Amino acid sequence: MTRSSDSALSVEVTHRQGTFSLDVSFAAPGGVTALFGRSGAGKTTLVGAIGGLLRPARGRIALGDRVLLDTERGIFVPRHRRRIGTVFQEGRLFPHLSVRQNLLFGRWFAPRSEGGAGFDAVVDLLGIAPLLGRRPAGLSGGEKQRVAIGRALLAKPRLLLMDEPLSALDDARKAEILPYVERLRDEAGVPIVYVSHSVAEVARLADTLVVLEGGRVAAAGPAGEILSRLDVAPLAGAREAGAVLDARVAAQDEGFGLTILHTRAGPLRVPRIDLPLGTALRVQVPARDVLLSLGAPVGTSALNVLPAVVAEIRARDGAGAEVRLDCGGAALLARITRLSLSEMGLAPGSRVFAVVKSVALDRRSGAASRLPRYDGTT
Amino acid sequence: MAAWLGPDALVALRLSLLVAGTATAASLPPGLAVAVLLARGRFPGRAVLDTVVHLPLVLPPVVTGYLLLIVFGRRGPVGAWLHDALGVTLAFRWTGAALACAVMGFPLMVRAMRLSLESVDRRLEEAAGTLGAHPVAVFALVTLPLVLPGIIAGLILSFARAMGEFGATITFVANIPGETQTLPSAIYTFTQVPGGEAEALKLTLVSVAVSTTALVVSEVLARRVSRRMLA
Repeated sequence: MTRSSDSALSVEVTHRQGTFSLDVSFAAPGGVTALFGRSGAGKTTLVGAIGGLLRPARGRIALGDRVLLDTERGIFVPRHRRRIGTVFQEGRLFPHLSVRQNLLFGRWFAPRSEGGAGFDAVVDLLGIAPLLGRRPAGLSGGEKQRVAIGRALLAKPRLLLMDEPLSALDDARKAEILPYVERLRDEAGVPIVYVSHSVAEVARLADTLVVLEGGRVAAAGPAGEILSRLDVAPLAGAREAGAVLDARVAAQDEGFGLTILHTRAGPLRVPRIDLPLGTALRVQVPARDVLLSLGAPVGTSALNVLPAVVAEIRARDGAGAEVRLDCGGAALLARITRLSLSEMGLAPGSRVFAVVKSVALDRRSGAASRLPRYDGTT
Repeated sequence: MAAWLGPDALVALRLSLLVAGTATAASLPPGLAVAVLLARGRFPGRAVLDTVVHLPLVLPPVVTGYLLLIVFGRRGPVGAWLHDALGVTLAFRWTGAALACAVMGFPLMVRAMRLSLESVDRRLEEAAGTLGAHPVAVFALVTLPLVLPGIIAGLILSFARAMGEFGATITFVANIPGETQTLPSAIYTFTQVPGGEAEALKLTLVSVAVSTTALVVSEVLARRVSRRMLA
């Protein structure tokens, strides 16, 4: 993963489109930066500005030391010279070309001297070898997006801009593509700006998170930190909010088919995952799946009960409230009702037990930046 | 066929194909350019260009022919210059017939190509741009292949119009056998002389056959192109 400053993207854009105004400023240090926000938050406008599809009223955009836009100095690098490989929501494959020709399209224009990913490596990475001779019209939605990703990658981009690449797909197709995006992040060495309105995708992929709301940056920083902030949680929507924990495979319980993960918040027992001991991964703990209890629950079916301290409480309109917990230094989010809040008499500093009903897993590569192999060895 | 058709009729058929082919081929570059301007361009005078291009469609052909005669005749402003500077004469020559046919078919050609251009998904062109393609390359590699069915349709319409052109041609370049007497002019001539009906009918059948063939060819080509994009 490239983290050097030459791949850093810095964006400062002010733009007006009808009644909508965009005024954002952020830096993406490399790796995967997610631009996260609801529809109408300004994601698409921002993508257009970065990719050179629209000319913002004011702003400065630089990729490393290369200035792509500087309205004050009158610099506007046209999109075909930006070298920003873009993966669009709808794929945008060329219908008159075969998959192979689509993939090779950008090669004609990329500088030959630069290395970049080879054709076979990209085809292999995305598993699209069987599709090469076909036409885009004959591909499924998931296959189209994989080809679109490959096409962008083969143009030897300095930055990969992915504009809600999975939003047009159903859950099964999403699940089919996400691992490829993860491999991309871990193996391709190209910084990625990933635009999404899905917390699950963002939690799974992003190193850095930029939260947009109403055309402004609501929060920006390391993904794990931002996702467990209470002011960000409501933006994610009731179903998707949740803290992200870094975890490590600590033990396998063969008898009961469980895997024990070690996190800063404490051990978590999850249905067995076939990963070697010590493998680093990321788990998301959905706020709606965290129950709070004043005493240590006894005689419960819940496997994961973690002692915690209430750090912050935010009541919402309606019945809900969000509680940020401090679990041995790690943050957890819980969504409970305001009624429970008042009956339990919770306040910052209260000692509680967090009952974690479920965790969502993200296969996270370790320091070696390699995808752990699913070979079943433990 | 040579025996079946009289020598005059055969000459007229050959001339018609030459005139229509030349008119269509010569119209393609300016036709495509104007179609692009009208479909994509934002410039003052766009409405004027649009109107001028469409004029031959609504003017009586005789009027168009007469205007051509005034402008491109030996004494006309453009015609005189062409004759003196380049040694090209259009009036009463088959090249003049081709010009008349090209002008008459131009709006049809432009219209077909323009509609096709307007239906191109511009987002595909954007995508090509982000892949590093210069706008000229985008046009050649993405836009043109996508509008190919429209270009074919425009060519066929222009060719068919040229094969049938009568009013503007006869006004501009008259009806000279072997030089400007195209199929319609020949049919008209045969109907004016006693005993010419049989020959006129034969030429009519030939005309129907040529036009039908053109239609079928265009249909087959267009289908082949769109099938390539769908399968």
